[in-house]
Amino acid sequence: MPPKRKHVTKSKYTVDRQIPGAFEGETITRRRFMTGGAHLGGAVATLAIVLPAAGFAFGPVFEKKDQPWNAVGLPDDFPDDTYVPVVVTLNDNIGQGGKTTVYMRKRNPEIDKEPEDEYNKWVALSTRCMHLGCPVRFVAASGRFICPCHGGVYGFRGEVTGGPPVRPLDRFYTKLERGQVWVGPRYSVNSELERFSPRDPGEPLDGIGQYLYPSRPTIRVGPNQ
Amino acid sequence: MPKLKLPAPPIPPALKPTPRRPHEHQHTAADHAKEAGIGAIGWVDERLGASGFGRWLLFRKVPKGTNWFYTLGSATMFAFLNQAITGVFLAMYYDPNAINAYESVRYISNEAFLGEFVRGMHKWGSSVMVILIFLHMARTFFFGAYKYPRELNWVIGVALLILTMAMSFTGYLLPFDQRSYWATVVGVNINGTGPLVGPYLSDFLRGGPDFEAITLSRFYAIHMMMIPGAIAALIGAHLYLVTKHGTTAPPWYKAETDPELRTEKE
Repeated sequence: MPPKRKHVTKSKYTVDRQIPGAFEGETITRRRFMTGGAHLGGAVATLAIVLPAAGFAFGPVFEKKDQPWNAVGLPDDFPDDTYVPVVVTLNDNIGQGGKTTVYMRKRNPEIDKEPEDEYNKWVALSTRCMHLGCPVRFVAASGRFICPCHGGVYGFRGEVTGGPPVRPLDRFYTKLERGQVWVGPRYSVNSELERFSPRDPGEPLDGIGQYLYPSRPTIRVGPNQ
Repeated sequence: MPKLKLPAPPIPPALKPTPRRPHEHQHTAADHAKEAGIGAIGWVDERLGASGFGRWLLFRKVPKGTNWFYTLGSATMFAFLNQAITGVFLAMYYDPNAINAYESVRYISNEAFLGEFVRGMHKWGSSVMVILIFLHMARTFFFGAYKYPRELNWVIGVALLILTMAMSFTGYLLPFDQRSYWATVVGVNINGTGPLVGPYLSDFLRGGPDFEAITLSRFYAIHMMMIPGAIAALIGAHLYLVTKHGTTAPPWYKAETDPELRTEKE
């Protein structure tokens, strides 16, 4: 058995220990310095590639997208006791896929109890089902909106009356300008028809829902964006 | 370092070539061609060391009772290879552009020579791969082949299953017809129902708050480049671990006790 060698360090300086140091009078050995330098260089090179690529991929998550206003008709085109479908363009770079149907009617104070302002003189309901985003259809005979996918049913004001949807149909801001009715950005509503930043389908807004499904930087509430 | 001694491939005695007797030896042209071939392969092998690796990978001992269920893993791998090869050739015609995607798929199906066949191989092959991966997983589970020391290989397999599902999801959009479009809208919204991160995940998948032209190119890049690379790398790791640990015997085969040990016990 070889004799036990006790490693006694008299000084922390490499010069005193007769080991080559990184610099004169240093405590770090040359080997540790080179290893650390190689690791640091590798980390910098990796991050130089990974960070721009990740930023590029995740960039759209933080980028606000402008929501357009579309002129859809004259004020008298829309009755207050049934819905008229109009087609608006939300994205103009995806052909027919960027268009969507919106159900429009004039505000009727007898049934529309939410506070009136300049952006809801016409009621514009989105056709996205609030279960998972299939297109709903207005059935005039029953005065209800029906989703073909999983049987979601909405009442005349877009409130959920049956099936799996988690909140009433989304709405669009509307306004009167230059003699025409305009349909603007989308907003979401809870079961009290209070306005929220637009959420995706399947995200409830009652109770803690609005905190579990926060609004996103890409699309925020407000008619003027 | 001592040279690794690897087992020679087991060739039945009847097939073993008998060396020629010296007085019979004649150098024909076939002999020269054979020598040249052996020489060329030997030259490469001496520099690559590939024959040792090949023996390590292919000439393994397998346990008694190995049966057809053990082919499900390679069947899954060949389904993936089918997807990779047909996918590369489909990409020669496909145009990941919101305006032209449907038209390019229609061209593949209706006009390109054998286009319908190759697209069919890719389309039906994707279902075959998903079915095979589940059968392979079930085989591993019911044979207990996920147990020590093969737990990590199970984990890699689960990652491969998830990546295959992601391939199915992203590939479903690419024909860009009504079914693709609405299935993707629904699928992204299902992602969005995850609390807290869900809405941001949906934005990441779509590349924005709504389904847009860049959604299609994102899905195409994920389907065509990111996931296939990850799957190929993980299949490599999966096969390495299979080779390292070997396969398991079926559960109905009991380990045989050494007769000597049995006598000692009495």
